[in-house]
Amino acid sequence: MGMTITEKILAAHAGKEQLTPGELISIPVDLVLGNDVTAPLAIQEFERIGVPTVFDPEKIALVPDHFTPNKDIKSAEQVKVMREFAKKHKITHYFEIGRMGIEHCLLPELGLVVPGDVVIGADSHTCTYGAVGAFATGVGSTDLAAAMATGEAWFRVPETIRFVYYGKMRPWVTGKDLILYTIGLIGVEGARYAAMEFTGEAISDLSQDSRFTMANMAIEAGAKNGIFIPDAITKEYVQGRAQRSYQFYDSDPDATYKEVIEIDVSQIEPQVAFPHLPENSRGISQVGDIPIDQVVIGSCTNGRMEDLRVAADILTGRQVAPGVRLVILPGTQGLYKQAISEGLVEIFIDAGAAVSTPTCGPCLGGHMGVLAKGERALATTNRNFVGRMGHPESEVYLSSPAVAAASAVMGRIVGPCQVVGKGCQG
Amino acid sequence: MTQLKGKVWVFGDDIDTDAIIPARYLNTSDPSELAPHCMEDADPKFAHQVAPGDIIIGGKNFGCGSSREHAPLAIKAVGVACVIAESFARIFYRNSINIGLPILECGAAAQRARSGDVLTVDLAKGIVTNLALHETYQAAVFPPFMQEIIGAGGLIGYVRYTLGKEKSPDG
Ligand code: SF4
Repeated sequence: MGMTITEKILAAHAGKEQLTPGELISIPVDLVLGNDVTAPLAIQEFERIGVPTVFDPEKIALVPDHFTPNKDIKSAEQVKVMREFAKKHKITHYFEIGRMGIEHCLLPELGLVVPGDVVIGADSHTCTYGAVGAFATGVGSTDLAAAMATGEAWFRVPETIRFVYYGKMRPWVTGKDLILYTIGLIGVEGARYAAMEFTGEAISDLSQDSRFTMANMAIEAGAKNGIFIPDAITKEYVQGRAQRSYQFYDSDPDATYKEVIEIDVSQIEPQVAFPHLPENSRGISQVGDIPIDQVVIGSCTNGRMEDLRVAADILTGRQVAPGVRLVILPGTQGLYKQAISEGLVEIFIDAGAAVSTPTCGPCLGGHMGVLAKGERALATTNRNFVGRMGHPESEVYLSSPAVAAASAVMGRIVGPCQVVGKGCQG
Repeated sequence: MTQLKGKVWVFGDDIDTDAIIPARYLNTSDPSELAPHCMEDADPKFAHQVAPGDIIIGGKNFGCGSSREHAPLAIKAVGVACVIAESFARIFYRNSINIGLPILECGAAAQRARSGDVLTVDLAKGIVTNLALHETYQAAVFPPFMQEIIGAGGLIGYVRYTLGKEKSPDG
């Protein structure tokens, strides 16, 4: 019987020929991840298990990125717990401020997650790594603690929903628009417990950065993981970065799917998700007049080179509207440096934007741009829940970097065509 | 076996982890510091008025959003005995089992209950009774593997047990 890519990766790790959805398995993991919110709790639980050492100091990544550089005394204490644990257990992949980045931008960039891997992270957006053809899923701190001790994690083999994207993408449409549209179509629990497999002719041309964006938001549809079949684009990305040998898996033509959903991308305009759920997405032409106080470009969803370049493209020679704050956060130190050498940071600063060292910061209402009561932000992040970026009575809209940059210039939510005109029909 | 009895607090669909415990309080993982902010962005009165043993009822997709274990921890710390929902988001479900917060998926019980109703819950059998409505419902039961984790008081207890077993095969 044929298997999907997700089933094949899990079967290979379980040492089995065949796996079927619903089966419970306990399998070795290739990498486990924790951050400054989840790792301190995991470390506390790890101590309760009572083992003297971690299962493998090379297979644990600890990234302080949420409230760092430490925003207050409590967060400094949390990171201190991580730092001391990393030192004690000789954890190879602990990333200090100045070398770190947002975890889901950083680990693929450094080649620490590779195609064919099974990765768990105590962070829900761990599903991002499906973009390189790995099985990656978010877990909690206790799972992280157990995995640091045993090197294993338990899973229920998920059913797979296959998404087939066909047709030609319109100008300014990116992976962010495809995934916001898809979540709008199926809802925030449309893929609950399932694997989302992204395929089709429109995907074969899609950049690696856009793939990261799409896999990142699989969790916003409730999915266990999001995954792409690795191809030439994947190969180009992982070659020269991969720290371990990797394997490309593909779904069998006779694999069983829970559902196959076909999406004509030529019908999709740039998308905006309205408060307070990512499923409230609509095309830019349906947005109406929505003035904004703040724009955030960054996060594990859209803090990569493609995102920064498109924002710079729109902001070149333009100014952020009076009364609007634009905060731009490159995802990693590497991306930050590249943005400087490509001249993007200069463009951002000339436009009147604040550009920051990598951090999750405002994405979860932590620091670096928290919203006051009644304020409204447009962000390239992944969640617009109540209070996500600050005061419970503030609002977050979600979009691509192109829409975000254009909106920063106009002071209200608009599509790039309204600012640049070029490459736009009608 | 464990029989719970408590007053119901009803919440709607898609209650996310930011509503259960907002990220602005995540610079600590101390349950006693998290408890006063439990459900703050969904119902600011909740944490002050909830009584030990009360029961949270959710609609669909309860606990969606982030992987923060602080969410079930805050619910446990505020004294809630059990969460019953039509459906749970997967990481919240997993975390609750791992930390030993009783949760049950029971659509009928969740749909019928009104705030203030009193429920009894037989966790082992998955039987929920609404005393105000005089109705009884059957929740989905856990697969054996998860029952073992629950029986060990959570994942840490389970791992301690399995690691111990490996080390002393005759023990
Ligand atoms: S950028 Fe936002 S969504 Fe991504 S890991 Fe950080 S807080 Fe989570």
